[in-house]
Amino acid sequence: MEFEPVIGLEVHSELSTDSKIFCGCSTKFGAEPNTQMCPVCMGLPGVLPVLNKKALEYSVRIALALNCQITEFTGFDRKNYYYPDLPKNYQISQQYNCLGRNGYVKINVNGVEKKIGINNVHLEEDAGKLLHPEIPGADYSLVDLNRTGVPLIEIVSEPDMRGLDEMMAYMVTLKNLLQYIEVSDCKMQEGSLRFEINVSIRPKGSKELGKKVEIKNLNSMKIAMKSAEYEINRQSKILAKGSEVEQETRLWDDEKFVTKAMRSKEESKDYRYFPEPDLVTIHITKEWQEEIRRNLPELQLAKKERFAQQYQIPEYDAEVITQNKANAVFYEQVVESCGNPKEASNWMMKEVFKYLDKEDVEDPNFILKPGQLANLIIEIDKHIVTRNMAKEIFDTMVETGKDPKEIIREQGLVQITDENQIREVARKIIQANPGPVKDYKGGKEKSLGFLVGQIMKETKGKANPELVNKILKDELAK
Amino acid sequence: MELYELTAHNLHELLRKREVSSLEITESVFKRIEAVENSVHCYMTLMKDIALEKARIADKIIRNNNNFNPLTGIPIAIKDNMCIEGTLTTCSSKILRNFIPPYDATVIGKLKEVNAVFVGKTNMDEFAMGSSTENSGFFTTLNPWDLERIPGGSSGGSAASVAADESIMALGSDTGGSIRQPASLCGVVGMKPTYGRVSRYGLVAFASSLDQIGPLCKDVTDSALLMNVICGYDKCDSTSLNYPVPDFTKVLGKEIKGLRIGYPKECFIKGINKDVKESIEAGLKKLESLGAKILEITLPHTEYAVAVYYIIATAEASSNLARYDGAQYGYRNAEADNIVEMYSKSRAEGFGKEVKRRIMLGTYVLSAGYFDAYYLKALKVRTLIKNDFDKAFEKCDVIVTPVSPTAAFKVGEKMQDPLQMYLSDIFTISINLAGIPGLSIPCGFTGNNLPIGMQLLAKPLDEEKIFQVAYAFEQATDYHKKKPVID
Repeated sequence: MEFEPVIGLEVHSELSTDSKIFCGCSTKFGAEPNTQMCPVCMGLPGVLPVLNKKALEYSVRIALALNCQITEFTGFDRKNYYYPDLPKNYQISQQYNCLGRNGYVKINVNGVEKKIGINNVHLEEDAGKLLHPEIPGADYSLVDLNRTGVPLIEIVSEPDMRGLDEMMAYMVTLKNLLQYIEVSDCKMQEGSLRFEINVSIRPKGSKELGKKVEIKNLNSMKIAMKSAEYEINRQSKILAKGSEVEQETRLWDDEKFVTKAMRSKEESKDYRYFPEPDLVTIHITKEWQEEIRRNLPELQLAKKERFAQQYQIPEYDAEVITQNKANAVFYEQVVESCGNPKEASNWMMKEVFKYLDKEDVEDPNFILKPGQLANLIIEIDKHIVTRNMAKEIFDTMVETGKDPKEIIREQGLVQITDENQIREVARKIIQANPGPVKDYKGGKEKSLGFLVGQIMKETKGKANPELVNKILKDELAK
Repeated sequence: MELYELTAHNLHELLRKREVSSLEITESVFKRIEAVENSVHCYMTLMKDIALEKARIADKIIRNNNNFNPLTGIPIAIKDNMCIEGTLTTCSSKILRNFIPPYDATVIGKLKEVNAVFVGKTNMDEFAMGSSTENSGFFTTLNPWDLERIPGGSSGGSAASVAADESIMALGSDTGGSIRQPASLCGVVGMKPTYGRVSRYGLVAFASSLDQIGPLCKDVTDSALLMNVICGYDKCDSTSLNYPVPDFTKVLGKEIKGLRIGYPKECFIKGINKDVKESIEAGLKKLESLGAKILEITLPHTEYAVAVYYIIATAEASSNLARYDGAQYGYRNAEADNIVEMYSKSRAEGFGKEVKRRIMLGTYVLSAGYFDAYYLKALKVRTLIKNDFDKAFEKCDVIVTPVSPTAAFKVGEKMQDPLQMYLSDIFTISINLAGIPGLSIPCGFTGNNLPIGMQLLAKPLDEEKIFQVAYAFEQATDYHKKKPVID
């Protein structure tokens, strides 16, 4: 019997507002513990929440970008449970009137496009952080409330994914989208983007859903993929034996590479959701929705098409460069400074991406500044350096952070375009290599390459290749 | 007459004429406290040093200004569920017995702005849950009119302090009658404003959609002066109403000829004390003699009000009180071995019986499988109760009802059966459910000299009508002039 996996994702993204969702505290990452809090987010007796309008605006942006129906009259509900990272012992979230519903996102797997349904998008407050001391026998844990109250958007997908490829495509697409519409910095390592996956399997062709298992504690997309793969295998084995999969929540163990049932065998939690009495119903008017829609930052598809048209670069290149927003922004900054979109595109696709891969970062600004690359391209266009020379200069730029002009000056890397100079070297090489010269004159084209190579060696790669070719041929013809 | 016996508006006149100082007034109040507090037990915390300091500051302002707010330099008592920065705020609960807030409630900020003088924090039913102040985690406040009886609740300490002249005025909070009922039982004026008129920021929440802060004063004028200060939009409270606040004193003295006063037929219940019934009837007659038209109205869903209240209020309370877990502040059981034990033992030991009872009730009505039948249903009936009032106010301007079916009962009398206690809220509770304003004004005494109050209700934001009628009634009667004799 063949099984097919059925996967759904719950994605939490911290919104990049300056202040928290219900108070004015800062949301900046990395501060000293318990330095970004106030009576409201600490849940002191007597405090009340006040909604951050920007958080609401960002949420509507997300819901619109995910093609959701916006709930015109939306509101908040309390999710009641006890935990030390949740000072009020309830979380203000949305349950009954989520602000976005019935949306979808298009993913592309190996050229095949598919729609993944979005069940709902809702806004809620984040909880704090717990730190458990590594000391054995320690009888305390530490609570850091800096993160309580950071605005969180939760995106719940339909169980529409049928394999790991689709799951990966969904995660990447969603992340790019959130970055594109500038609502979140999506840094998984800082916790501003979190995934929880729901995995079940069923006989291929069946319309019923199997028992689903929720997997938590996934700190990167790689781990999400690994855990999904493991879980699919685990469940397949169980079903193949004729047993039933238990509906539960499991945690990924990143040391043993398995999912484990959560230690405490709790009954399904009853959160006793009820409408938040301290906040009033919010009317997201049609006018405001339109305004937000109009002011949506350019999305990836539009940017890709614009790049292809405006910069006259191949569609494939436009697609790759706009894969993520940081690349696209970097590219346009380079083009703006150097005015050569084709050249800039080539450098993005080859050298810049090579480094992004190597350093495993997303944002080219971690590698070098747009100004550096732009200036390099300008030097190429001015025929100061050849492309080959530029490649080495690029490496030096990345290493040292210096501007290309400085490197050129320091290393004396100006291209040789003086025809007389080249002619001199050409004659020298011709004289020193009678064999290859004879071969060339006898019809062996390859020998030309050898002679060119020798000239380049002699000039330490600085001679302009086109001129070398022209002049060498010229001299050989004599 | 001693300074502590006077009203705020009397004292304001004396201050303006420079005949007395705030310091003298404050010292007079504290002298009174020394004399009778051991009999009445109004206060959880006395703030004498801070009070004298604030009185001196007030005097400086008074010396340098000809115009100053009527509350400047006036000693005021604050119910112990409103946060004053740096001062113990316990809600009369063991679980907050050491809690000192790092911030001021909005109303406290407003009182500080006009340089009122804080006398102290008053005793209450724990977390405002109760109708007699017997549920205080520490001690019971006694009724100045009869020290064997309760002052009402949950703002019993505040009401008693005003009645006993241990403060010139006081703030209380009202969720199901907790200002109006103790006002009635102690013979003072108490008002619950329209929901949203007064900011709840800094009021320790019991039931968020029902709680309101309001004045407890010696007469109608003082209540209007205090309302002028505490009302107003607050951006820190999302349920705060953004409507202009009138000067409530402007309507005092306007005649009530032609005003229509409705009396709900549902008020003729069995179990209402004979003296109470007669006082209300006499009150209505008095209003008629002043030119008002009395007519019978109906509030058909009155019989469901108590049930609806005890579902909604306890549901919200079960969530609002979840934060008291010993983790960050308040009482923590020191022997607990793990987090669950810490939570359950701290709460079991820190909360009193009534609080625990209501938390369990509230948790139950919100739980899976019961939510629709109880909580959701209660919300729907709440709308019906509100609609009753909307319809009634098409026919009349003010509604009059009793406040409590009885006058003050003896300590311990209703503690055996919680339901008995709950039923005593029958006249006040639907007002909170509907969000309309209500005021209790003294309108008589029982045969054994216990105060009886009459309740005046109006449409949302129409406190002015209430003040207009209350003042006319007060000026035509003597009840507000009587004071208890405390041995």
